[in-house]
Amino acid sequence: MTSNARPRSEVGVGRTRVPLRATYFLMLFLLYLPIGLLFIFSFTENTVLTFPLKGLTLDWYREALTDASLLESARNSLIVGMLAAIGATVIGFAVSVAVVRFRFRGRAGLLGLAGLPLIVPFIVLGVSLFLLFIFVGIPRSLLTIAIGHTVVAAPFATLILLARMIGLDANLEDAAMDLGASYRTTLRRVVVPLMGPSLLSAFLTCFIVSFDEVAIALFLAGGDPTFPIFLYGQLRFAQRLPVLIAMAVLLMIGTVTLTLVAFRLGRRDA
Amino acid sequence: MLGRRGALRFLAVPPYLWLGLFFVLPLILIIAISFRPETGPIDFDDPWNLTTAQYKVVLDTPVYIRLLGISALMALAVAGFATLLAFPIAYFLTFRARERATTYLILLLIPFATSYLLRVMAWRLMLGQEGAINSFLEFIGLIGEPLDLLLYSRAAVVITLVYVWVPFATLPIYAAMQRIDRGHLEAAADLGAGPWSRFRRITIPLSLPGALAAFFMVFIPTVGEYVTPSLVGGTEGFMYGNLIQDFFTSAANWALGSALSVIMLVATLLFVLVALRVVDLRRVVT
Repeated sequence: MTSNARPRSEVGVGRTRVPLRATYFLMLFLLYLPIGLLFIFSFTENTVLTFPLKGLTLDWYREALTDASLLESARNSLIVGMLAAIGATVIGFAVSVAVVRFRFRGRAGLLGLAGLPLIVPFIVLGVSLFLLFIFVGIPRSLLTIAIGHTVVAAPFATLILLARMIGLDANLEDAAMDLGASYRTTLRRVVVPLMGPSLLSAFLTCFIVSFDEVAIALFLAGGDPTFPIFLYGQLRFAQRLPVLIAMAVLLMIGTVTLTLVAFRLGRRDA
Repeated sequence: MLGRRGALRFLAVPPYLWLGLFFVLPLILIIAISFRPETGPIDFDDPWNLTTAQYKVVLDTPVYIRLLGISALMALAVAGFATLLAFPIAYFLTFRARERATTYLILLLIPFATSYLLRVMAWRLMLGQEGAINSFLEFIGLIGEPLDLLLYSRAAVVITLVYVWVPFATLPIYAAMQRIDRGHLEAAADLGAGPWSRFRRITIPLSLPGALAAFFMVFIPTVGEYVTPSLVGGTEGFMYGNLIQDFFTSAANWALGSALSVIMLVATLLFVLVALRVVDLRRVVT
């Protein structure tokens, strides 16, 4: 970042009496403890999390992978997440290109519109959309959940893509257009490929936001539940818990992987 | 350049339309509905007789306003604790972790990528009567009877939400700290400032925008929470969001629920506006 001539005794990298490293690892331990307990719990015969833990088993996982309604809810989440992520990424891309490359009336308004969902409490957005869909007579379904999720995911996509667009050399677009490409062709052949990793990072981030979202989805769901909705509905039944946790652990492996990929892509690009 | 004007329309119109239809329009609609007189589900074929009756109901029911205050205080506590706990983590990642900073950051993000409901559930299992904490304490002989005050309280909601948000709160603080010019710290040291004075007069002021961003990124989702309180809060941990949820589900009183939503929306926006006057959040986020 800055030239730093001082070798070992860098300022600000000295010692304090606050044990920072220990604090960090203590936090990490506290963050992993509850998840870790759930993880262990899902491999035992217990149906309540009490010590001592009883015998090891893979039954919950077997049951999770053969439970039709559970699998269907996971599939529904996948569909909603894909639709929402595509929608939000397209919005974020269009907004960031328009805002960075053009000066026009309504520019600040567009940027505000794409960021504002962040400061509206989810429940307000959820009930507002619930009323809208009833008002215009659209039956609630997976599609209405996906629509709600494009709105809440749009600020994330916009932030990620805006940062990348600002760093992109406008001369490359000018060069393409000087060579006779139309602006749309330039967007498709020059801008989109250059933004590739950021677009993927935005897509994955939005997918995860949607995949995990329950507060809005609960108001917008029709008969088909997403996985978080299904989970929320089944939590009342204590004996179902181990199976639900097993499924959640399986899905968690997926979302954690996606998050790490999104994080890597975002870093490489920024 | 003719192509560019057309391209602008092609770029700007769809997001305007989409967000106008599914973000602005629903908010306008809920404001309008909050002025309807019905006290149950609404048939939109009925005429719009606008009235302030719902707002009078809210003002005449001190419990509602009190609950909004309690929810705001709970969100304040959650955002405050999460930011305070995230601060030393961000400081460690920026100034101490050196080349391993990315690894440490990733380790922190993994719990955040874990399903939100799963993390809330984990605390329900930890705090419950037959939960991990009670049974562990019994197992090692520290207590004879399970403690029943752990779950179903406001404290349980606050603890769970702090746990949920700490990793996320670290990110904006870390971003702000990374932008601190080490040269400032060196200059201060050369001029004789000690470590504490450098921390207090350079590091804290320069990372404050990040800390405020973290605070709001936790406060706003927390003030409207209803899922976590319904899982770990019980009747005592009931929040304003649960009230709104009730009026759109079991209690089905849409107009009153809309008025309560509008009140929360306005209160939240006012709070953010006041905060924006104090610090320019846009500089922090982008």
